[in-house]
Amino acid sequence: MSGFLSDTFLAALLFGAVTAAIPLLLAGLGEQMSEKAGVLNIGIEGMMITGAYLGFVGAYYSESLWLGFLTGAVGGIAVAALMALLCVRIGLNQIVIGIALTLGLEGLTAILHHFQFSRSYPRLPAAEVTAIPFLSDIPVLGPALFRHHLIVYLAVAMVVVMVWVYRRTQLGLNLQAAGDKPAALDVAGIDVIRTRTVAVLFTGGMAGLGGAYLANVGAGLFIPFITNGAGFLGIVLAMLARGRPLWVLIGALIFGASLSLTTAAQVAGINIPTDLIQMLPFLAVMAMLVLFGRRASLPAALGIPYERGAR
Amino acid sequence: MTDNTSPATSRAVDVVAAEPVGREIGRRLLITLGPILISLVLAGGVLVAVGVDPLAYYGLVVERGLLSPLGLQQTLTRMAPLLFIAAGLIVAFRAGMWNLGGDGQFLLGAVSAAASAPFLVQALPGWLALFAAFLIATAVAMVWSLVPALLRAYQGVNEIITTLMMSFLGVSLANVLVKLVFLDPGTTVPQTRTLAVADRLPRLFETTITSGLVFGLVAIVVVHLMMTRTAFGLRLRIVGANPRAAVHAGLDVPLLTVAVFAISAGLVGMGGAIDIIGIQGNVRADWNPAYGLAVIPVVFLARMNGFAAIGFVFLLSVLSIGGESAARRLGVPQHFTLVLISIVLITLAIAEYLDNRLNQARRA
Repeated sequence: MSGFLSDTFLAALLFGAVTAAIPLLLAGLGEQMSEKAGVLNIGIEGMMITGAYLGFVGAYYSESLWLGFLTGAVGGIAVAALMALLCVRIGLNQIVIGIALTLGLEGLTAILHHFQFSRSYPRLPAAEVTAIPFLSDIPVLGPALFRHHLIVYLAVAMVVVMVWVYRRTQLGLNLQAAGDKPAALDVAGIDVIRTRTVAVLFTGGMAGLGGAYLANVGAGLFIPFITNGAGFLGIVLAMLARGRPLWVLIGALIFGASLSLTTAAQVAGINIPTDLIQMLPFLAVMAMLVLFGRRASLPAALGIPYERGAR
Repeated sequence: MTDNTSPATSRAVDVVAAEPVGREIGRRLLITLGPILISLVLAGGVLVAVGVDPLAYYGLVVERGLLSPLGLQQTLTRMAPLLFIAAGLIVAFRAGMWNLGGDGQFLLGAVSAAASAPFLVQALPGWLALFAAFLIATAVAMVWSLVPALLRAYQGVNEIITTLMMSFLGVSLANVLVKLVFLDPGTTVPQTRTLAVADRLPRLFETTITSGLVFGLVAIVVVHLMMTRTAFGLRLRIVGANPRAAVHAGLDVPLLTVAVFAISAGLVGMGGAIDIIGIQGNVRADWNPAYGLAVIPVVFLARMNGFAAIGFVFLLSVLSIGGESAARRLGVPQHFTLVLISIVLITLAIAEYLDNRLNQARRA
């Protein structure tokens, strides 16, 4: 029992929680902007798996994690551009197209992976960490929270950026209006379609980056269906956070901790079947939805394509 | 979830336009077959990219899934569980509820049937045992849908997310049950006890086609008639079209919501049961055919029409049986079927949009 509670174990558990939380945080922050602007982005899982695949390919061939993050984000944006074209510009059903994109891209990346990597299953070297001076020397918390890849700190900083965007900028107001009363935004002379397109593209970039982090840093390799619902968890985070970025971070850490428990319990030699442990994050989600679901408010025009002059 | 661009309304408008019948049919064919052809070309591009001859692949799929007698029988057998799933999704989608939790409901139904059937056949006459296993599977799947149903009915929580989450949970739970609870002590392979071939649903005539196909066809036709011809179906469609209006019309929307989820999940669970008592005989650990997700696009393609869904389920079965052969012979993973169906779904949606735009322009 002492092994389970030792400092190193606790640090590893927390470290794992942060690592698992980052893709959820990025996806959740991305989805939040889409939902704010009135687009329910079910395709986010497809954007994430594309980011994971292209991010891995980019990092593997260029031998640079940063290039991998870039290719991952670009991949996510490319999928988002398709989604924006189909669902925002020409107003096709967001749920139908979102599901089609997710299923198709999960299949496509699995096929590409099969022909490229299924014989060798190459791995990336462990990501180099940036230790924050002084803070990283705190026992337990230091190695757990302040010795991560640079992108982790940037992801957390994004929370502050998003708060600023939503509270202090014109864009933030426009996004809110595009989701709550698109016609009013249109009357004010601002293009609803363009505002929503920006939001969807941002979601794609964040989801792609989250996928790339999941594959390149979290796992060190790409395997088919690696996102395993992380994008959908991002949607839940955005729903429960009610438009507030800080709550996305808190939620991501809670879900990340339950994901990290999965590996931690195995390391500690606790003999629970993996399937049972894999249920943990989803159980946590359901528990939160049961407890707080009623308060998960969504924008009024969510899921409804905007068409000028339509009644 | 309100769906403003429902296919039903756009079709009604088309009829009002009163074109000559021949031209109307020709146009329908064009906007259906055109996108399918384009999709075959696009998906073929994926095959070319990974160094597989697309013509060889499509040829093999058609030959193995449709033309060879054995393949065709496998295709028709595969339709049995898929028809039940399609029927379940049609009920939910027509009532405006997105049951995306098919995989969990299907697997839990399958595991319940696999766990109960081998014991039931020892105690009851054959057909009664299978019927009992079928009912147990249905009930379990119904119970599994209760949480999303209650959350949507009484708390207004979006069911898209809750059904998806319950699906992830259900798939894992089914695995846990197979590995820990219903494990067959007689074999080293982790799987449930096997229902002897003689005890399974009979096959049709002198073929290898399961009689489950007949049940599946009955289920989807009954669902179609229920949704289009009965007062209950009308109530559900009103809830789907406009939940607020439904409240004003005096309908008990929360109760109907729970009923929709129960019927939908129950039918999907029946699909799992049919697959076990008719075809597989047991559930192996980590078995997840992911039929639930694959059928969703099919139901969209059929515009939630039961009869059209039969046709599209047949197509999906051809692709999936043929794809399994092609996977063995050409080394293309079966996920290709998923890619193809997704591309068809997107191109068909675009074609429909362009068609509507064209119609509007002509009328204006």
